[in-house]
Amino acid sequence: MSFEQIVFYFFSAILLLSALAVITVRNPVHAALFLVLAFFTTAALWLLLEAEFLAITLVLVYVGAVMVLFLFVVMMLDINTSTLKERLGSYLPVGGLVAVLAIAVMAAAVGRDHFGLEQYAAPERLAADASNTRMIGEQLYTVYLYPFELAAVILLVAIIAAIALTLRTRPGSRYQNIDKQVKVKRDERLRVVKMDSEERK
Amino acid sequence: MIALSDYLTVAAILFGLSVVGMFINRKNIIVLLMCIEMMLLAVNINFIAFSHYLGDVTGQIFVFFILTVAAAEAAIGLAILVVLFRNRGTINVTDMDTLKG
Repeated sequence: MSFEQIVFYFFSAILLLSALAVITVRNPVHAALFLVLAFFTTAALWLLLEAEFLAITLVLVYVGAVMVLFLFVVMMLDINTSTLKERLGSYLPVGGLVAVLAIAVMAAAVGRDHFGLEQYAAPERLAADASNTRMIGEQLYTVYLYPFELAAVILLVAIIAAIALTLRTRPGSRYQNIDKQVKVKRDERLRVVKMDSEERK
Repeated sequence: MIALSDYLTVAAILFGLSVVGMFINRKNIIVLLMCIEMMLLAVNINFIAFSHYLGDVTGQIFVFFILTVAAAEAAIGLAILVVLFRNRGTINVTDMDTLKG
């Protein structure tokens, strides 16, 4: 067994075990943390496939942003887990049946008979100075420039939608009115009163 | 050597596990969202494996866009979840029956 195979089977086993843990643990916080582990091992598999840029992106974007958002929401919502605990109940048999069938069909379709080494030989490893980021960039900024900008617009829409959904103005809260602050004149705030001096009592 | 079918099989099993997760966690909407993320991850593994074995970087471009859309989807989904919890006080899927669906 070569070193590559050892790495592949090691990370694949961790990936599938952590995926199993995500769907079976009761605590949503633990599920989110196992999902983080799944993302890390997937990034390792992608490194094995010479997709370095996307592997690092997966760790930065998913582990660094999306999963932190998940954990933030899970901890903020204060869910009563006891009402959600009806686990592994009547839906396990039908779910398990569907999954076993789906996995069997997919595994038969993508098995070694159709996608083995004879059909798709393992490609030569790239040179040590080959840049995966450069390869992606050359495609992304020429052929896929328009979809790239559309993706930026989608992210902008997502930002606006997320803020607009969760923004809440409480009644009675005090806040600055910047317009009025900027527009105010000196005469509206300051009054010089002329009066005679008085004798101290 | 690792064959393409090995990667595809791992992705298929990951996809199947997330389908089971949809069935057995159908009350907890947060775990449902996590299962969606795992499904997208399985699809991305397929894309990158094919990209590597076919020697075409286009598959990685696709993964790039899928990651973008999935991040947007997770952000909006969690925002909807927060609003839902604020208004209803629960995230139990069976309690969301206003539309009588």
